[in-house]
Amino acid sequence: MSGLLPGFADPVADAQSAFRAVLEAMARPGRVQRLPRPPAPPAPLSPAAGAVLLALADAETPLWLDAGAEVAEWAVFHAGCPLVEDAGAATFALATGTPPALSSLDPGTDEEPQRAATLILQVASLAEGRGWRLTGPGIEREHRLQVEGVPNGFLAAWTASRARFPLGVDIILCAGDCVAALPRSITIREG
Amino acid sequence: MSAEPNDERRRADDERRRWMGILARAGAAGIEARLAETAPLPPHTRLRGPETGLVMVRGRAGGDGAPFNLGEMTVTRCAVRLEDGTVGHAYLAGRDRRGAELAAALDAALQDPVRRPALLAAVVEPLAAKQTEARAATARKAAATRVRFLAMETTR
Repeated sequence: MSGLLPGFADPVADAQSAFRAVLEAMARPGRVQRLPRPPAPPAPLSPAAGAVLLALADAETPLWLDAGAEVAEWAVFHAGCPLVEDAGAATFALATGTPPALSSLDPGTDEEPQRAATLILQVASLAEGRGWRLTGPGIEREHRLQVEGVPNGFLAAWTASRARFPLGVDIILCAGDCVAALPRSITIREG
Repeated sequence: MSAEPNDERRRADDERRRWMGILARAGAAGIEARLAETAPLPPHTRLRGPETGLVMVRGRAGGDGAPFNLGEMTVTRCAVRLEDGTVGHAYLAGRDRRGAELAAALDAALQDPVRRPALLAAVVEPLAAKQTEARAATARKAAATRVRFLAMETTR
């Protein structure tokens, strides 16, 4: 039978606070934001990834995910978003394992770069102050961000994706109840 | 034959559709009055709502014309989950949040074949009888005011 779980405890206020955390994370790339009241989504989804999904996805945003049938049912019930098989057709891609290649996701068009896909990437941990060196808009000199659990070759793929700016994919990193964002304008160098 | 499980499925769906409709029309007070005389419902957690919103009612002129928007109506919905994972839903016209939650909890409990006969007998059937009676009373009142043009013609 269905093992459907509840979403946000307070749908309006909790979705707004999650949205605010994502906004802060996008505005200050590499800074880790803690979500105040995330939901308890089905495994293997982390609370942060679940909160970001419910706050951002709706009936107009096709979703691609690799987290299994239970998470798919949960996302469709609470967010009402259509699911797609092809990651290239998705507005949001949610990856708990190996994400689809950045080049396979929708990068937007020159006329409408804002239509690009956003990758919600679940990682093992996020820490500030060490690791990657991030520079770009929203960062005064450089922010350092250590991310455990990104796929091999991520930095090379990111650098390749950075070259087609203003097209490209934005990434929201989720670990536990924390989020950090990598907007497409950011340059990442190995720490 | 492959049609048999389908028929079974359709019968089960029809049955569930019937009790969901009756519970949606019953209202919180009506359901609570019936529940007072039965075993308490199993505990549930709210999955969504109860929440009130608008749905667009669409119609077709003459039943087969192009669809048009007739107007919006207020709808309250609720989804609950029992401890065993059974999910119950309720959609009802108006803003009866308590009624929506009770109807959803009952919908979940009614899906359990063990509980179903008792709940149907104690809650759903009495509510159905009441609703049929209310509809019949309205129909009688309306019928009493009906003008028989044929009768007027013959008395003239």
